[in-house]
Amino acid sequence: MSVLDDLAVKAGDDDVVCGVPARFVAAPAGTEEAAALIAAARDLTVVIRGGGTKIHHGPPPRDLDLIIDTRRLAGVVEHAAGDLITVVRAGTPMAELHALPGQQLALDAPPTATAGGTVSANASGPRRLRYGTARDLLIGVTVVRPDGRIARAGGKVVKNVAGYDLGKLYTGAQGTLGLITECVFRLHPVPPATAFVRAAAPPTAVAKILAAQLAPSAVEINAGPGAATEIAVLVEGTEAGVRDRAAVLARLLDGEVSDVPPSWWDTPPWPPDGLGLKLTAVLSAVPALVEAATAAGATIRGSAATGVLHAGVPSPGRGGAAGGDDTADGAVTEPAAEMSRLVDTLRAAATRAGGHAVVLTAPDGVREGLDMWGPVPGLELMRRVKERFDPDRRFAPGRFVGGI
Amino acid sequence: MSIDALAARLRAEMGPDQVLTDRQQLRTYECDGLAHYRVAPALVALPRTAGQVATVVRACADAKVPFVARGSGTGLSGGALPHADGVLIVTSQLREIVSLRPEDERAVVQPGVINLQVSVVSKEHGYYYAPDPSSQQICSIGGNVAENSGGAHCLKYGFTTNHVTGLEMVTPDGDLVRLGGAAPDTPGYDLLGAFVGSEGTLGVATEVTVKLTRLPETVRTLLAAFASTDQAGAATSAIIAAGVVPAAIEMMDALSIEAAEAAVHCGYPVGAGAVLIVELDGPVAEVAAQFDEVSRLCDENGAFETRVAADDEERQLIWRGRKSAFAAVGRISPDYIVQDGVIPRTALPEVLRRINEVASSHGVRVANVFHAGDGNLHPLVLFDSQVPGEEDRAETVSGAIIDLCIEYGGSITGEHGVGVDKARYMPRMFNDTDLDTMQLVRCAFDPDSLANPGKVFPTPRLCGERPGRRSGPHPSHEPGVAEIF
Repeated sequence: MSVLDDLAVKAGDDDVVCGVPARFVAAPAGTEEAAALIAAARDLTVVIRGGGTKIHHGPPPRDLDLIIDTRRLAGVVEHAAGDLITVVRAGTPMAELHALPGQQLALDAPPTATAGGTVSANASGPRRLRYGTARDLLIGVTVVRPDGRIARAGGKVVKNVAGYDLGKLYTGAQGTLGLITECVFRLHPVPPATAFVRAAAPPTAVAKILAAQLAPSAVEINAGPGAATEIAVLVEGTEAGVRDRAAVLARLLDGEVSDVPPSWWDTPPWPPDGLGLKLTAVLSAVPALVEAATAAGATIRGSAATGVLHAGVPSPGRGGAAGGDDTADGAVTEPAAEMSRLVDTLRAAATRAGGHAVVLTAPDGVREGLDMWGPVPGLELMRRVKERFDPDRRFAPGRFVGGI
Repeated sequence: MSIDALAARLRAEMGPDQVLTDRQQLRTYECDGLAHYRVAPALVALPRTAGQVATVVRACADAKVPFVARGSGTGLSGGALPHADGVLIVTSQLREIVSLRPEDERAVVQPGVINLQVSVVSKEHGYYYAPDPSSQQICSIGGNVAENSGGAHCLKYGFTTNHVTGLEMVTPDGDLVRLGGAAPDTPGYDLLGAFVGSEGTLGVATEVTVKLTRLPETVRTLLAAFASTDQAGAATSAIIAAGVVPAAIEMMDALSIEAAEAAVHCGYPVGAGAVLIVELDGPVAEVAAQFDEVSRLCDENGAFETRVAADDEERQLIWRGRKSAFAAVGRISPDYIVQDGVIPRTALPEVLRRINEVASSHGVRVANVFHAGDGNLHPLVLFDSQVPGEEDRAETVSGAIIDLCIEYGGSITGEHGVGVDKARYMPRMFNDTDLDTMQLVRCAFDPDSLANPGKVFPTPRLCGERPGRRSGPHPSHEPGVAEIF
């Protein structure tokens, strides 16, 4: 237990995951050290924490002995600009990766979020329309398995079909398969020019944007109960190209060209203590989903041209949705039951839209009673994968789909 | 269970004409696109529905007989090479486009549907299917899923894995399972991401949901001729450094140009030591600005002639030489090996020099064709099998090229797959723990190693116990019962 003795310190007041306090916290500084730590912690349950921006997403852990803090596993190992790739340690803040010289990791995330956490949470933002998500941009990965062994998959070249693409398996796995210690990302050039086109327009206008061959980088929607729906489009490219395309889009939507995004751009539509969901839909069903969700009292924001939306509802009795929008009124006697019904309503709407509803966060006292992940296809195979990687179910127990 | 018993079961459960055991008929399927590996399967199954694929796999699972799935058989790594004691499941009769939904930017297709067909039927709606392997006129979507196929335009648009959002598959137990869906980001492990590119070792895809991509407003194609591959490589670097992401950047060297001229008379500039094909697509306003920059960068890096395709016909002419290059090499050499490796793009000039050194030290000619934008090399190693020793020397050079790819931090395969051909190189790219970790996934899907065994991984490993699952013989196969036929 020496590595554990060296690295682990007693947990503090903030070392709590969804109401479950940890006993210890350890922050390894390298892959080898992390491997030694995990091997020594074979009797402990573990939750991995990066910048902590999404640590409260998902169900609480069934049990929690040790938080592995990745923030000492930080730094850009290599930035091969000519090859448009970077190798980074998992605890590197996304702020560093958004501003590499002349290039960027085109993955929207809060600046204090870490690379590894963003991958593990499969977080995405407006620009997923153009650049895809973590699964598309992660080309190589180093992990420490729950048994403490170090494994690599993928590599440092974008085009590579040698062996299984384990990076995809670890993307969105929420730390249930072990610790990501290093990521290799595909980069994109920073576009010379950008513009936003903002308009008050219904969700059905998104189809017009997609029909025009203007290659927008993001098409975001903001809709709430009783409020006019807004659409904002990001255009990136050359100076001349962006000017022309933005002008065409502005005419198409009867909107305005702006240098800056609206205030709601890439911000979650729920207050810190509210209910937050991720809703997905096939494209043609996005308008119906937006309508159903706003009718149920939710504020909707997100990528209308990819079918990935966020829904937010304030905590019962608090009033006022994020961004100061109004919300449905109504006396609340049993907040947990009401929120549970609301989740059911939104999940039914997302299912009708061909997608899913996942509860990301919920107020204390409500979270425990919710089926946060909802039904998932292929669950039996997922259990078998978990069983192979983490037979003792030590990593983030209970935090993933189907109680994994 | 013997193969005879398995054949009887499948004939009863599917139909007599869907099961082949005749020696002559089996030989039709003895190889895929990598024709120097040949193995006749014990049985060929020709299912017509997803349910029939499940029937076949279930029968194989019960009998512990290995199975190999095959689409159009165009693969270049022997991924669909049959197993001598196993069943070959041919998916080419599953060729229905189940639904075409441009309003959702999705199509649902059966695995035997031909890649190009998806684009053809989508075109009238203003869409296409982006992954475009050179074999797209004959290769199947199911095969593309198995191999994670790329193509010239994956530099900008990505590979099959970036364009598949859902699958129906048969697990090696014979269960029909759905992974992903039409909407993005299905919750749970991205098993779809693990399945795509797993070369048939995790099960058989029976239905594939693919993304449709909006056709670009304009496409512009430029051919630039240089004195040397060094110059063409420098131009490629300059284009990337300028922040331009073309749809494709392809390079051919003097020997491959010579072959293409001999085969299809593509009329590339005389005296070129290398040509670059650069294609830009997107909104007119964007492409116009970038095209001027690309032209300038080619000129600055020594292009002695540039041609711009004025219309679709001229574009096809420019591409004809490139697309025919593999087959064209047959005009200048009786035999050749198509290699597929990847290097960091910036190492291109150095690696090309070293390939030439290795080739000349063995007295072997190598024609180079590559996706220059992403460092994916396709050296064509020429030999004459009638000349004693030449084939061995060609194999040596071909292997040395893969070693160079590994040395420079690249990959042993960019798009053709590992298959049977490169399994032996996997330990040079991955250590034992890396391979063992991939096996964890394999064992979760296929604990008995029945799905395409002997491919991808160099040595078969046992999965140990199946946690929480049945072990030992299936109850219906207790001694004596299954062998009475």
